[in-house]
Amino acid sequence: MRQKIDELKAKVLADMKKTQTVRELYDLKTRFQTELKGISGGMKDLPKEERPAFGKILNEFKTGVETLFEERAAALKEAEMQRKYEAEKVDITLPGKVRATGTLHPITLVKNQLIDIFSGMGFKVFEGPEIETDYYNFTALNTPKDHPARDMQDTFYLAENLLLRTQTSAGQIRVMEKEKPPIKILSPGRVFRSDDDATHSPMFHQMEGLVVDEGITLCDLQGMLSSFAKKMFTSATKVRLRPSYFPFTEPSVEVDLSCSECGGKGCRLCKGTGWIEVLGAGMVNRKVLENCGVDPDKYTGFAFGMGIERIAMLKYGVNNIKALFENDVRLLKQFAK
Amino acid sequence: MKVPYSWLKDYVDVNLPASELAEKLFSCGFEVEEIIYLGEKINRVVVGEVTALEKHPDSDHMHICTVDCGEEYGRAIQIVTGAPNVYVGMRTPVALDNSTVAETNPAALEKCPDGIKKIKKGKLRGVESCGMLCSGEELGINDDFYEGAEVFGLLDLKGNPPLGEDIKKTVGLDDYIFDISVTANRPDCQCVFGIAREVAAITKSELKTPDVSFKEYDSVAAPVTVQVLSPDLCPRYIGRYVEGTKESIGGANADKTPAWMRKRLALAGLRSISPVVDITNFVLLELGQPMHAFDADELAGRKIIVRRANEGEKIVTLDEKEFTLNGDNLVICDGEKPVALAGIMGGLNSGINENTKNVFFEAAKFARDNIRKTSRKLGQSSDSSARFEKGVDAYTAEFAMNRALHLMEELGCGKVTKIKSDENAGNAQKKTITASLEKINALLGISVPEEETRDILARLNFQPKIEGDTLTVTVPGYREDVENYPDLAEEIIRSYGYSHLEPTFLKSARVTGGGLSDTQKSENAVKETLCNQGFYEAYNYSFYSPKDFDLMRLPDDAEERKAVRVLNPITEDLSVMRTFLAPSMLHDAVRNIRRGNDSGKLFEYARVYLPETLPVTTQPEEAEKLGLCVWGNEYDFFDLKGAVEAIERAFYVTFTYERSHAPYLHPGISANVFYGKEQVGEIGELDPAIAASLGLDKRVCLGELNMKKLLPLLNAGVRFTNLPPFPAVKRDLALIADENVTCAQIQAELYRSCKYVTDVQLFDVYRGGQIPEGKKSMAFTLTFTPDSSADKAITAETADNFVKKILGALKFKLGVTLR
Repeated sequence: MRQKIDELKAKVLADMKKTQTVRELYDLKTRFQTELKGISGGMKDLPKEERPAFGKILNEFKTGVETLFEERAAALKEAEMQRKYEAEKVDITLPGKVRATGTLHPITLVKNQLIDIFSGMGFKVFEGPEIETDYYNFTALNTPKDHPARDMQDTFYLAENLLLRTQTSAGQIRVMEKEKPPIKILSPGRVFRSDDDATHSPMFHQMEGLVVDEGITLCDLQGMLSSFAKKMFTSATKVRLRPSYFPFTEPSVEVDLSCSECGGKGCRLCKGTGWIEVLGAGMVNRKVLENCGVDPDKYTGFAFGMGIERIAMLKYGVNNIKALFENDVRLLKQFAK
Repeated sequence: MKVPYSWLKDYVDVNLPASELAEKLFSCGFEVEEIIYLGEKINRVVVGEVTALEKHPDSDHMHICTVDCGEEYGRAIQIVTGAPNVYVGMRTPVALDNSTVAETNPAALEKCPDGIKKIKKGKLRGVESCGMLCSGEELGINDDFYEGAEVFGLLDLKGNPPLGEDIKKTVGLDDYIFDISVTANRPDCQCVFGIAREVAAITKSELKTPDVSFKEYDSVAAPVTVQVLSPDLCPRYIGRYVEGTKESIGGANADKTPAWMRKRLALAGLRSISPVVDITNFVLLELGQPMHAFDADELAGRKIIVRRANEGEKIVTLDEKEFTLNGDNLVICDGEKPVALAGIMGGLNSGINENTKNVFFEAAKFARDNIRKTSRKLGQSSDSSARFEKGVDAYTAEFAMNRALHLMEELGCGKVTKIKSDENAGNAQKKTITASLEKINALLGISVPEEETRDILARLNFQPKIEGDTLTVTVPGYREDVENYPDLAEEIIRSYGYSHLEPTFLKSARVTGGGLSDTQKSENAVKETLCNQGFYEAYNYSFYSPKDFDLMRLPDDAEERKAVRVLNPITEDLSVMRTFLAPSMLHDAVRNIRRGNDSGKLFEYARVYLPETLPVTTQPEEAEKLGLCVWGNEYDFFDLKGAVEAIERAFYVTFTYERSHAPYLHPGISANVFYGKEQVGEIGELDPAIAASLGLDKRVCLGELNMKKLLPLLNAGVRFTNLPPFPAVKRDLALIADENVTCAQIQAELYRSCKYVTDVQLFDVYRGGQIPEGKKSMAFTLTFTPDSSADKAITAETADNFVKKILGALKFKLGVTLR
């Protein structure tokens, strides 16, 4: 009997070594169990007093071999897993799967950034009508009847008294008529000028800002625009004011930002000056406040207006304003995240 | 405004380099757009004297010259010239080897855009020539600029200029022109003296005022009377009578105009014509006042009447063009007829000519908008009208008149008589402004030192007086733009310097709440939803062509055709305001396809303009619309519909779809979109007939949603429902239905027939094979969910019972059976 056990042991161990898969090992184990059953079945032929000792031996043998089976099984599983890993290996440089998403137009991207910056400073967004009356677009903004800006050459007219707004400043009046200071509004939108050449589009977008309260100063304007410039461009961006003229502000300023391309050293973008003209601004003209029923002796304010396309062109390097209105998907895709 | 530096120096002692002066002008509000150097084309051209001359052996007109250009450049330079006027002892410009001059040959000019000709040592018919002797033309100058410059041949330099001197210095080309952009509020700076006033103030230099003195003579001539009948259009009119002779005035004898004046006219690009004309041109450039000279003896009744033209009245202007006038046009008349189109051009009937003996000068202020309107309407303009359009002040009219009279006397054109008129002189009264220094500083946000304030305003000729906080100024007559203390604040800060401002952040303002309105937020949500669906955002012009309505096959009475027209469009293609976005979306798709972009998805969120009546009299309704468009053979109607469904999900709502009859959409592949009972849009495939007319080989689907109507209906709120205590059970059903039974009908019935059905998803539509002709197979996944108060799960058996019940209802209502 003992010899049978030893034989079986030698055979099983030898066979076990040959197994390559968990399946083979399982089959071997089944065979082993059958044979073991045969041996243990032969136990009844043993003398009674020998049986317990043999049973113990048999048991020890069985547990021993089973442990070996388990160890072998673990090793084979591990090997199989390694083979699976190897077999399933992919070329990780193949392109990733993309769910095609679109993107916002650069004008909207800039508009949203501007709104984000200024709404954080307490500005509400107000969108006035694109078709305006002569009064809101010009007269109330202290643009007298004989001002060249009112000429038919610049303004699109729809009727004697109706026109396509030439500036988002028209929105200033509508807000000031309705609301009392403190006023902080941002007025983005389409504007129209009868200009159509390589650098002008008959329709473009402006963003107007207006602040009216007690004690507002030109220094406040400079401070706010400095903060804007740093957020919109880089933290190193500087602001320069210089005298200009707009009928609805006095004093009026042209606002230059240090060139984002060269940092102010002078390059092609800034034509060597280090500065880029970005927006117009000024202290709200007393007459404009009066026209809206705001007491100019009590309140002062400032207004600023900028071209959204202009900012987009500076920020993204778009060099052709007309391309922004052609909606070529090859252009738009460049703004995708 | 073009200002020659040399001319500027007549009035102010300034010797800064041109670029430095430009910088100073820039910082106080006068942007110099360009500094033009007059001698730009001329390099290495010096004064030389011809010391010897011999005939060229192989030419009958050329000479071999020996030229002395002084120690530095050579005392005996051999140069060959073909000029006929060369002589020994002549001092003339010498273009040395490797020099540049102005190109004069028209054929060569076409090839060299910079207009520069290079001169190099070379051989002329075998004889060495080390440069070129130059004509005035080769220096780019004329007789007015430098006497004798137009002589045929070499420029004969007078006055023995030093040998070797740079010719630019000799002839006055070492000069700069500042091209200054003057803002609309400063018409007083549209002249050389105006800029000089600013320069004097900036550089703290003394200003030399032009001489306006003259003697007045008694005249025996009958007076010329002036009457202004339209003072609104003519706020000041000054007339002066100058007595001369046919020789002193009439004879178009340009020689009488002195070289200094001709040079200045030449710097401004004007030619000398006759002394009187030159004086009016000179005064316009110098002081910015347009003037007119009438032949006094041609004025019928010796009268000047300034009035609106009569309807149909005619005038022939100096350039022999005839105009028919109306009451909008201001005319200067004599006792009988119009003799000038006010501010624009004189009449042919009364201008000075070779027989003129006596001159009646006019210096007036005309209303700028009236001049502009008349000029535009008649299509007639002049330097004078261009100047009046910018605005002329009442003060300068008098100053300029006196200057012109001084020049008449100086040039010996005639005697200034005491015959004169000055209508509405009161308009030239000087304004006084009293302001609080504290208020000025409060507007600026800084305290400008009192001394600075006083000094700045004094230099700008405001005669400031400061007592305590009170500032009193007398506004210079030429500064009609200054009206209130903010104007003074601007005068102070632009001189004091914006760099003195210290940035503050709304030091005293109250806190306000900012941000977007709900509508604006919804707009952003819609845009974001579409981007996530693979759409790109488009921006189109707000106007398009009326032909687009035909392209979209709109019937004549279509609402969309009721569009607002632009009265003065750039082109017919941009002449009607959009009433719907579909044409723009279609053009976007077509443009992309033609550029080889085979497929794409676009949306635009923009307003359309819906007038109440036409022609439009009041502001039309502006309605936000969402235009959608997909093109390319990989996309179809359902891609577009999927986008609309994404919007449904974004706002937690469900739209319904019904067949559309939009004229531009495929009648079988188009839908009207409803939210509740309200139609909020339409989508579909482009009518193939339109696609064919555009030659499109790609499918285009498009449509739009009316966001103005839709957004207020969307109550974009989420309501939480308790989760069911037991899991949902799913069943797939493959159904067979008649072709004309729609998916929506089946879905509706599925929901209706069993209240536990909480979701229905179509996953397959199949035709052919075992499916009978005229029928289709549609497979749905149904989800049964127990309600949140249920006390037991839905078992398989229960679910099967639901299915049985549902199938019964489908069969009964729609004839739909299980496959």
